[in-house]
Amino acid sequence: MKKIVLAGNPNVGKSVVFSQLTGSKVMISNYAGTTVEFTKGLLNTGQGTFEVLDAPGTYSLEPTSKVEEVASSLVDQADIVINVVDATNLERNLFLTTELLEREVPLVVALNMIDEAGHKGVKIDIEKLESLLGVPVIPTVAVSGEGLKELVDSLSGAVNRGQFPLNTANRWAYVGELVGEVQEVVHRHHSWLETLQDASLRPLTGLPIAAAVLFVAFQLVIGLGEFIHEAMEEFIFEGFYETLLLSLSNALGGSGFWHNILIGSLVEGSIDFEESLGVLTTGVYVELGVVLPFLAVFYLVLGFLEDSGYLPRLAVMVDRSMHRIGLHGYSIIPMVLGFGCNVPAALAARNLESRRERFIACTLMSVAIPCMAQLALIVGLVGRHGFEYLAVVFAALFFIWVVLGLIIDRVMPGYTPSMVIEIPPYRIPSVKAQAKKLAMRIRGFLVHATPYILGGILVVNILYTVGLIQLLGVLFAPVVQGLLGLPGDAVSTLLIGFLRKDVAVAMLIPLGLSARQLVIGAVVLAAYFPCAATFTVLVKEMGVVDMAKSAVIMIVTAFSAGFILNLLLDTIIPAAYLAAGLVILSIILPMVLGSTSDRRELSDLDETA
Amino acid sequence: MEVSLVDMKSGQTGVITKVRGGANFSLKLNQLGLREGKRIKKISSVFNRGPVTINVDNYQVAVGYGKATRVLVEVDQVEENSPGR
Repeated sequence: MKKIVLAGNPNVGKSVVFSQLTGSKVMISNYAGTTVEFTKGLLNTGQGTFEVLDAPGTYSLEPTSKVEEVASSLVDQADIVINVVDATNLERNLFLTTELLEREVPLVVALNMIDEAGHKGVKIDIEKLESLLGVPVIPTVAVSGEGLKELVDSLSGAVNRGQFPLNTANRWAYVGELVGEVQEVVHRHHSWLETLQDASLRPLTGLPIAAAVLFVAFQLVIGLGEFIHEAMEEFIFEGFYETLLLSLSNALGGSGFWHNILIGSLVEGSIDFEESLGVLTTGVYVELGVVLPFLAVFYLVLGFLEDSGYLPRLAVMVDRSMHRIGLHGYSIIPMVLGFGCNVPAALAARNLESRRERFIACTLMSVAIPCMAQLALIVGLVGRHGFEYLAVVFAALFFIWVVLGLIIDRVMPGYTPSMVIEIPPYRIPSVKAQAKKLAMRIRGFLVHATPYILGGILVVNILYTVGLIQLLGVLFAPVVQGLLGLPGDAVSTLLIGFLRKDVAVAMLIPLGLSARQLVIGAVVLAAYFPCAATFTVLVKEMGVVDMAKSAVIMIVTAFSAGFILNLLLDTIIPAAYLAAGLVILSIILPMVLGSTSDRRELSDLDETA
Repeated sequence: MEVSLVDMKSGQTGVITKVRGGANFSLKLNQLGLREGKRIKKISSVFNRGPVTINVDNYQVAVGYGKATRVLVEVDQVEENSPGR
C-alpha cells in the first residue's frame, strides 16, 4: 500500500487534516507538540487505498529533538508527502517546504488556515505560489473540512521537482524572495483576542491571569466533580443499584467464593460501596461513581485550556520558577496533563530537548503529581476529615516536587537550557471539537482502566482468601507500622497501587484509619511508585537505567515523606499549620537557593560565545 | 543602537543583527524564523530573568532568559516626542 505522510511545522493542523482524511480519532490541541508519535490511518480514493501517517510537527528536516527525528525519518518512507502549511506564517513554513522539495518524494502543499490568514490581513496569490514551487498548492480550512476533497484529488498530480540544492543561509533568502512575490499583508487593528493574548504574556497582567485560570480550574474540578459524584451516588448507587446488588447477593446465598468476588463482604447485612470490596460493588462504584465525575470535569477544563492556546502562555509565566527545579516553562504541560493521567504526561515529556530535562520532568511528575483517578479518591476520603488534612496532602506533594527538583538539579551534571517556544494564537475552542475530545478521553479511560480496576479488586480478594496479605502484613509490619504508623495490612494497598492507584486509596477505607494515617497513606501511595501503565511508558521513554534511578528516588522519597509526616503531623504540628508551613517553605527555599541550571547555562554560553 | 533581547524595552521594534552561541542553538532559533536580518517587536519580558516574548511576522515566540541574552538586535530609533516608546 502506498504511504502518504503528513508533514509540517508544529501546530499547523496536521492532525486535523489527518482526522478529516481518515476518520481516525486523534488528539488535537492548540499548542506545539501534541502529536509525539506518528498515527496511521487509511484513506480511500478513486485511485485506491492509501496508508496515511500523521507525523509530529517539525520546523526542519534537520532534527533538534527526539520528536523531530520521528518526523524526518517518516518523510524518508513516504510515497507522497502532504506538506501542511500554516497560511498565516508562510515564510517560516515554506522553509520546511523547500527542504521537502529537495527530497526525492512527490509533494502536495495544503495551505491550511487560509480563513485565519484572511482575518489577519494576509493575502496569498495561490496560483503564483503553485507555479513557483512547481507542486500543487490547495487552500484548506481543515477544521471545517473545506478544500480537503480538492486536496485528495490533487494527490494524483503530486510531483517531485528534485532540484535547487540550498543551504540554511540561502534557503532563507530563497524563501524570503518567494514570500515577497506571493504574499501581501494589509495592516489592520488588533482584535480583542490579540489584546488578551499580549496581556497574558505581560507579567503584571499575565501572572494574575495565570493565578485566576488555575484557581478557577481547580474550583471547577473539585466543586463540579463533587456535585456530579454526589448526584450519581444518590440517584444511581443508593437509588436502584444497591437494591439490584442486594437481590444478587441473596441469589448467591449471601456468602461463598462468587459472592466474595462479585459483592464482597456485607457490612452490617447490607452493601457498603466503599468497604465491601467486591468487583460489582466497590469496583464499579470507584470507577463510575467516584473517578469518572472528577475525570470528566478535569478533561473538560483541560480541553478548553489546550484548545484555547493558553497552556504555552502559562509556560511563559512559570518559566522563572521552573528553572529553579531544573526544568523550564514548557515542562508545565506534562505536569498539567499528569493530573489527568500520568501516561500521556510521560509521552508529552518527549517534547523536552535533553535527557536531563526528561529525567527530571518524568521523575517529579510520577512522584508528586497524583492522577485524577487517585485525586478523586483522596478528595473524597481525606476531605471528609476536614479541609486542613486535604491541604496537608497537597502541600506535602508540592513540597516534595520542589525539594526533589532542587536536589536533582544540583546533583545531576549539566544544565537545563532555557526554552525557545512558539506561542500559538488564542482560538475560541469549538464545542464540537471539545465534545469529540472529551468523548475520546472518557472512552479511553473506560477501556483502559476498567480491566485494571476490576482486576485489582479481584486480585485483592484472591490475596486475602489465600492469606498472602495477612502474611505480608506481618512481615512488613516493622516498616509500615514503625516508619509510617500504619497498620500492617496497609501493605496490601502498596501492592495494589502498582495496578491502580485509585483502588489502592479505596482500600485504605476498610482499614479504619485516623485522619493523620489517611494523609500519610495518601502521600506515600501517590509518591512511592508509578502504576503499571505509567511504569511501562516511563521505561520506554527513559530507558531501563534512568528508570531504575528514578524508581530508587521515588521509593526513598515516599518513605521519607511518610516517616516525616508520621513524626510531625498532629503530634507536633497541627494539620493546618503544617500545610501552611510546607507551602511557605516550598516558595521560599527555591528563592533563597537560586537556580543551578541558570548559573551553569550562563557560564556555558559565555564560553561558547 | 545594538542591544540584546533582554535589554530591549517592551514595545520596541528592531532587526536581529546577531545570534551568538553554539551551532545547535542558532539552528533552533533559525528554524523558528529568528535569524539575522529579521524584523521583530518585543512584547514583554517576565521580571527577574524570566523569558522574553517577541512578535515575528504573524507569530509569537518565547525565548528563555539565557538564550535571550545571546540574541542581538539593532533597535529602531524613535523620535523623541513620538508615542509608543
